[in-house]
Amino acid sequence: MSKHQEHTVVPSGKGESQPSRHGGPLPAAGFEPKIVAFFCNWCTYTAADLAGVSRLKYAPNVRVIRVMCSGRVDPQFVLDAFARGADGVLLGGCHPGDCHYAEGNYKTLRRMRMLMRMLKAMGIEDGRFRLEWISGAEGEKVKTTVNDMVAKVRALGALDLPGKFREWDKEIEELEAHVNGVQKGEVAHVG
Amino acid sequence: MAENNHGSNGAPRIGFYICHCGSNIAGTIDVAEVQKYISTIPGVVVSRDYKYMCSDPGQEMIAADIKEHKLERLVVAACSPNLHEETFRKAAVKGGLNPFYFQMVNIREHASWVHEDKKAATEKAKDLARAAVYRVRFHKSLDKQRVPVDPNVLVVGGGIAGIHAALTLANAGKKVTLVEREATIGGHMALFDKTFPTMDCAACILTPKMSSVKSHPNITLWTYSEVAKVDGYVGNYKVTVKRKPRYVKEDLCVGCMECIDACVFKEPKFADKFNQGLGKRKPVYIDFPQATPKVVLIDPETCIQLKTGKCKKSCAEACDREAIDFTQKEEVKELQVGTIIMATGFQAHDAKRSPQYGYGRYPNVFTSLEVERLVNASGPTLGEITLRDGQHPKSVGIIHCVGSRDEKTNKWCSRVCCMYSLKLAHLIKEHSGAEVYNFYIDMRTPGKGYEEFYDKLLAEGVHFIRGRVAEVSDWAMKPEEEGKLVLRVEDTLAGFVRRIPVDMVVLSVGLEPRADAQEMRRRFNIGCGNEGFFQERHPKLAPVNTFTDGIFIAGACQGPRDIPDTVAQAGAAAAEALTLIDTGYVELEPNTSHVVEEECCGCKSCVPLCPYSAISFDEVKKKAAINEVLCKGCGVCAAACPSGSIRQNLFEDEEIYSEIQGVMAK
Repeated sequence: MSKHQEHTVVPSGKGESQPSRHGGPLPAAGFEPKIVAFFCNWCTYTAADLAGVSRLKYAPNVRVIRVMCSGRVDPQFVLDAFARGADGVLLGGCHPGDCHYAEGNYKTLRRMRMLMRMLKAMGIEDGRFRLEWISGAEGEKVKTTVNDMVAKVRALGALDLPGKFREWDKEIEELEAHVNGVQKGEVAHVG
Repeated sequence: MAENNHGSNGAPRIGFYICHCGSNIAGTIDVAEVQKYISTIPGVVVSRDYKYMCSDPGQEMIAADIKEHKLERLVVAACSPNLHEETFRKAAVKGGLNPFYFQMVNIREHASWVHEDKKAATEKAKDLARAAVYRVRFHKSLDKQRVPVDPNVLVVGGGIAGIHAALTLANAGKKVTLVEREATIGGHMALFDKTFPTMDCAACILTPKMSSVKSHPNITLWTYSEVAKVDGYVGNYKVTVKRKPRYVKEDLCVGCMECIDACVFKEPKFADKFNQGLGKRKPVYIDFPQATPKVVLIDPETCIQLKTGKCKKSCAEACDREAIDFTQKEEVKELQVGTIIMATGFQAHDAKRSPQYGYGRYPNVFTSLEVERLVNASGPTLGEITLRDGQHPKSVGIIHCVGSRDEKTNKWCSRVCCMYSLKLAHLIKEHSGAEVYNFYIDMRTPGKGYEEFYDKLLAEGVHFIRGRVAEVSDWAMKPEEEGKLVLRVEDTLAGFVRRIPVDMVVLSVGLEPRADAQEMRRRFNIGCGNEGFFQERHPKLAPVNTFTDGIFIAGACQGPRDIPDTVAQAGAAAAEALTLIDTGYVELEPNTSHVVEEECCGCKSCVPLCPYSAISFDEVKKKAAINEVLCKGCGVCAAACPSGSIRQNLFEDEEIYSEIQGVMAK
């Protein structure tokens, strides 16, 4: 368990062995989650570089996208990553008070808190989105954060939003077909 | 290499290159597989892997391919963009391509070095490379913004690092302002008697440099001053400096010290901070005879006039130049500089944090800095080694690594303590003839002439005991321990626990970041490492640069180091500043934001977000506008704009969305 847990803004998933809350399949054996990360150039990206230079080993599930400031991350980027099939999204910025751009990370915090409520309403579990403050010196924290998040998301199982979108589309199509059928009088009206 | 003719239908022609980095990348990632995979992506017309992309042949290959294959975009998968982004941008330019039609993929620091599973690392490299290929299609041709560099330099800290940097720059004809917090420059070096291993007299080599600083026409020296605020960016910093009142007019005082003699306190009464509290001073004082500037100052905490307003002011009467001014107030000055050198130094470890050694509890436990003053010919005892009661010690124990290499205090080795402990051992023996015991964990003497100095000490008959001292106590078990301080230590060479009674204990305290290092770091917008020393841009290749362009670091503020290393680093920092100044301009990364006017709905959401006030609102047109000179390129506004009319160069929405699409595509 990460010793930096206290910095975690989003509480992670409640229990590691719980089945997915939205009734999805239980984690399949050998399931490896894919996590999209947005790292700010000055702190967290540098920390990830430091982790590399220090040859720390961590789970290979994260794909880092570099932004200049965590404040550049539009909540829609996070939603887009989920919509494209990410099982988790990690956002890394400078510690409060340390932002290279004075206060960009405060704006991140505000936006992401709002986003978290929305994710909850959408049925996306807590542990799938995480905001972490990792300074340029904290290569070790990159390692522990990534490993911890990968383990938790792995336990949650695949999110597979694209699959759900397809399911929902199918439901709508079916409903549409049903409604059209009713209008054409082909289906007996039940009532 | 693979070549195909994708991209002929109007999409940009992309060249992809993946680096082996010897075995650094190729040892973990199957580069040939990534190369082959990327070559199948539509638009990629050239895909190659190469041993060292950053080498000249690697760069030449890129430039030649751009011309031959009419490449319109370039993607290089190699190390961190922090290391070689500039290199490949230059290669793009060499081939005739705009440098911003390039995207770098970090598969070394972010993949091959941190993963062991080769298959997973290769998959990750594929994902990241694909994302860059998707993204680079949307890249735009951009120009770097050129801004002039103000030739004036600010040096913060007047220790040997700051002094050397300031003199180097001033001798090159640049105007330098040197700001020092204390009343005199000289820093820690001014406290020392001798310097290891040559035993040069510290004052003899330092004070001429101090007076050169004072008399140099290109240097403005502000002591007793602190930097309160820093605004601006590389080449154009605006600095606010607070000058504390000395209650003495600096331009009038000649340092005759008549006022000190005339003070109503007939005898020095107050602890002398410069002498580590070992000596006494009056409320009006000067730190030491060669203090620079040689100007007295008055301590408002102890001066009767400043405290109560009821003194006969005999000091003022004694000054025939009328330099004493009790009404002096703090002054706030503003400076315009292009570059800043941070040389704020270190603080010694507080020996009270290592309570097992009894500092503060047993009077005859001293810190090494106190002993530096004791052995100093101009110190409070004029070079005599005395105990607190004035007696001369017959035996002295020097404990190494106090507050260094210790999980409870500081983990790092302070680098200088072994050598200065040897120096003090030599000086104590020379000055007092006492038996000297050194208690060390490992003897670390890496430096020119250092090991030879250690050999010399061994021959001089100084005792060396290998082991970390467990505790210092006054508890006597044998008659010969009565009235002595007893050091209990496991002699790891002899293999048993020893008790060694001595008259005096010297704690060789380690070097720490200054207490306000974090505050300073924020003020100057630079970084600190985990241990709290200022962070260099690259530990090997950019040791004096910081992550903020135009701000350099020198000396022990970056990490423990001795005087030769500090001076070398100060010279390097001065050279870095000179490079910027003599180039005359800097090119800023064009990652600024701009408003697409026809899409702006005039909601003003962005205006209050900008910490640099770069966004204004045109009330006539009802549109926001961004001043690109003030914009620092964080992109906070671009993320907030509800109509999507703010675009951040290099980080446009479509660029980031395509990157997300790229990493997630299957």
